[in-house]
Amino acid sequence: MQIDMKQPILEKNDSLAAELRQRFADNHVFVLDLLASPGSGKTSTILATIDALRDEFNIAVIEGDIASSVDAEKISAQGIAAVQINTGGACHLESAMIKRAVDVLDLERLDLIIVENVGNLVCPTDFDLGENAKVMILSVPEGDDKPLKYPGVFQVAEAVILNKVDTMPVFDFDRAAFDEAVTRLNPSAPVFPIAATKGEGVAEWTGWLAEQVRKVQ
Amino acid sequence: MHELGIMTGVMEAATTSAREAGATRLLKVTLSIGEMTEAIEDALLFAFEALRETDPFTSDAEIDIHMIRPKSRCLECGAQFEHDRFHMFCPECDSFATELICGRELQIDSIEVDLPDDDDAPAQPGQPSD
Repeated sequence: MQIDMKQPILEKNDSLAAELRQRFADNHVFVLDLLASPGSGKTSTILATIDALRDEFNIAVIEGDIASSVDAEKISAQGIAAVQINTGGACHLESAMIKRAVDVLDLERLDLIIVENVGNLVCPTDFDLGENAKVMILSVPEGDDKPLKYPGVFQVAEAVILNKVDTMPVFDFDRAAFDEAVTRLNPSAPVFPIAATKGEGVAEWTGWLAEQVRKVQ
Repeated sequence: MHELGIMTGVMEAATTSAREAGATRLLKVTLSIGEMTEAIEDALLFAFEALRETDPFTSDAEIDIHMIRPKSRCLECGAQFEHDRFHMFCPECDSFATELICGRELQIDSIEVDLPDDDDAPAQPGQPSD
């Protein structure tokens, strides 16, 4: 006997993500899901973002890693609430993990939650976490051809951060080719060239983010 | 590598629906997977074969995966067109302002199950399948 199901495979994840999205909206919290490769500068970018926006917004960070709590410790050292999720091998965060992390945060007093997803340009793109926006970071040493190799992540991103631009001459990075490839995949996504550890370009990126956060307040 | 997680969800949902219908065995699962997702057909098949072995209820089940080719609509000239993962601009007017109609599916379409009153002779060799 055949049984028609027409059921989304990720229904459990997606319905919990929808609940979380409503909870974030009720509390006027903007949630950013940050996607990038290992070593692209996610944590440095988060630290630079906190530095720029902490006077205006109450910020918390959810750190997703396969193991360890080194990233959460770096954030906590700045006096910012940080929750570490260890996925224990899983290559992406799911909404159930976000729910457990959010449950220990004081949503009422927060304006912005930055979720640092597991370092991976593939798997996290398929999972809704209830976020307001996914943003991706590519770093210059990874190469200007990455939009061609990992189109999915460039397509789901609301904005693209190009980090470590101070190393551009060393890595022979073709900025025009990169911009063209990103535009072809995602014409509406702005590209923010930054050097997170030097502060270069951070104001433009955080200016854009602050605008998004204000929209939900 | 998230295909194993995706397929675990498929098997749970399929098994639950089959048992709710009073089935004795799961015979087949049919999925629609959009090519714009990050789920790879080969990896899904591999995960399915590994997972079905873990339960006698599913050990003989087959899988049918329909890969859905992406299709978009141009928001400027209204043209509808198929495309690959990389080229979403309108072939008629070159506009980048397009809207995806399909290609991001991750869906269980249907399952086939054995019911106790299915002639007591499920999936005998020589019987017409389907």
